[in-house]
Amino acid sequence: MSDQSESEEKSEVQSCEFAKSTRRTFLSRLGMAGLLASARPVASAVEESSGKEQVLSPESKDAIPVTLRVNGEKYDLRIDPRTTLLDCLREHLHLTGSKKGCDHGQCGACTVHINGRRVNSCLCLAAMHEDEEITTVEGIGQPGNLHAVQAAFLAHDAYQCGYCTSGQIMSAVALLKEPCGSEDAEVKEFMSGNICRCGAYPNIVAAIQSVRQNPKPKAG
Amino acid sequence: MKIFALTRASDSAQAIAAAAKATTAQQGAEIRFIGGGTTLIDLMKLNVEQPKTLIDINRLPLDKIEALPDGGLTIGAVVRNSDLAYHPLVQKNYAVLSEAILSGASAQLRNMATTAGNLLQRTRCMYFRATDMPCNKREPGSGCAAITGANRSLAILGTSEHCIATNPSDMNVAMVALEATIHVRGTKGERSIPIADFHVLPGNTPQRETVLEPGDLITHVTLPPPAPGNRSLYLKLRDRASYEFALASAAVVITVADGKITRARIALGGVGTKPWRSTEAEDELTGQSATEAVFRKAAGAALRDAKPQSQNGFKVELAKRCLVHGLKLATQNA
Repeated sequence: MSDQSESEEKSEVQSCEFAKSTRRTFLSRLGMAGLLASARPVASAVEESSGKEQVLSPESKDAIPVTLRVNGEKYDLRIDPRTTLLDCLREHLHLTGSKKGCDHGQCGACTVHINGRRVNSCLCLAAMHEDEEITTVEGIGQPGNLHAVQAAFLAHDAYQCGYCTSGQIMSAVALLKEPCGSEDAEVKEFMSGNICRCGAYPNIVAAIQSVRQNPKPKAG
Repeated sequence: MKIFALTRASDSAQAIAAAAKATTAQQGAEIRFIGGGTTLIDLMKLNVEQPKTLIDINRLPLDKIEALPDGGLTIGAVVRNSDLAYHPLVQKNYAVLSEAILSGASAQLRNMATTAGNLLQRTRCMYFRATDMPCNKREPGSGCAAITGANRSLAILGTSEHCIATNPSDMNVAMVALEATIHVRGTKGERSIPIADFHVLPGNTPQRETVLEPGDLITHVTLPPPAPGNRSLYLKLRDRASYEFALASAAVVITVADGKITRARIALGGVGTKPWRSTEAEDELTGQSATEAVFRKAAGAALRDAKPQSQNGFKVELAKRCLVHGLKLATQNA
């Protein structure tokens, strides 16, 4: 490979990557670059890592067929039976809105809805949730068409680093249908399964209360 | 996590036959039923549990809560904690159970956790959860690191020199005060086990926590009719206001007539190696006036045999005050 063609190929890859770049692709590229940096020049590391996200989820020799319905879409998968719903969403379906915090059901960052009820997806085996309606933060609203709770989190500055936010939002959306009393103290109790290490709790409660008191605010 | 085969039970008989091939239904079981998975998956991730087969029982028809002809209640094994806590009959007749469940875990976990699973909830003792530490419950004969280690949250009642692990469940404490019956189907048919006999003390075999044998499937739990005129409540004391295990808790089911206590059922949580029924406290209360002096005497009787460890001596007084306050709340304006 000549220097010129390598350079052209790299520039093509970069421009194409830039167009669809997300925080995840950016970060995974950084991670891959870091791993490869010791053995190879950084310039080629960028090239090697492009379009290879599937290396995150090689098929296990113990893989079993599983069909999941997520955000209204059907997915036919082959996954290791140990795969949690959280890992399946993130690593196989690339729905990375649901976050991995503690991975032991203690922080709530992984909260999703199964048949309309909120659960910790890190403690669910994906293969046990066939024929169920799974909803992630990607399924409740999108930029330009935010769920009222998402809009309220923006309006009330209900986050700092944002890592727990999708879990907070999924809990808050579920809370709207749960028998939660009208007081702030009740909201705090109902939201206690979602930990925010930045301590954005007052604004999270304010955001949720604003939606409960005014169910149809303007988005954004 | 170690690899396992995941199977789904199509009926109870098939599930029981498959699980009966295990050598134990206790710690180290090669075959496990899985309901909500909130304890089991957690422990499998830590390699504390390493089942080779999981049998998913969530599709079995064990998900109903129904009134019984005698006025009691039957609760299916896979009824979710949140459905049980918010059921109108539970809120009306068994307030202590609803309050206990809602005081535990988080809304997400309560949506997942099942009735049978909660009966089998495992201790939060950090040495049980850490495979690089000695623990007689996880690895019989390896020793108890908690007795000489971090034992602030551990048990003061029902302990042995081999294990001081606390039973962490809130639901179980209420079930004990309500005198629930656990219904089990196994290879030899069906049997009914009073909850007081369901959990066993650690003694020399802390790896054994219940009377369950391989193949035993908890099918449902029944509650007797509510005692006429009773009031019940669950009071839980902990390090933070929510989403935390009990340091001490009290389940009180009490009937007061003309100022006299005619019936009392008392159970304590956070302090026992099993959900702790205190017939000693009940005996001190029954026939007496509903006064603070009587409550204090009952609390003293409940904790008489307490054996605190190096860091949890405070639990003796905390549990007493918890029970006294619970009794006050349950009997005020009675």
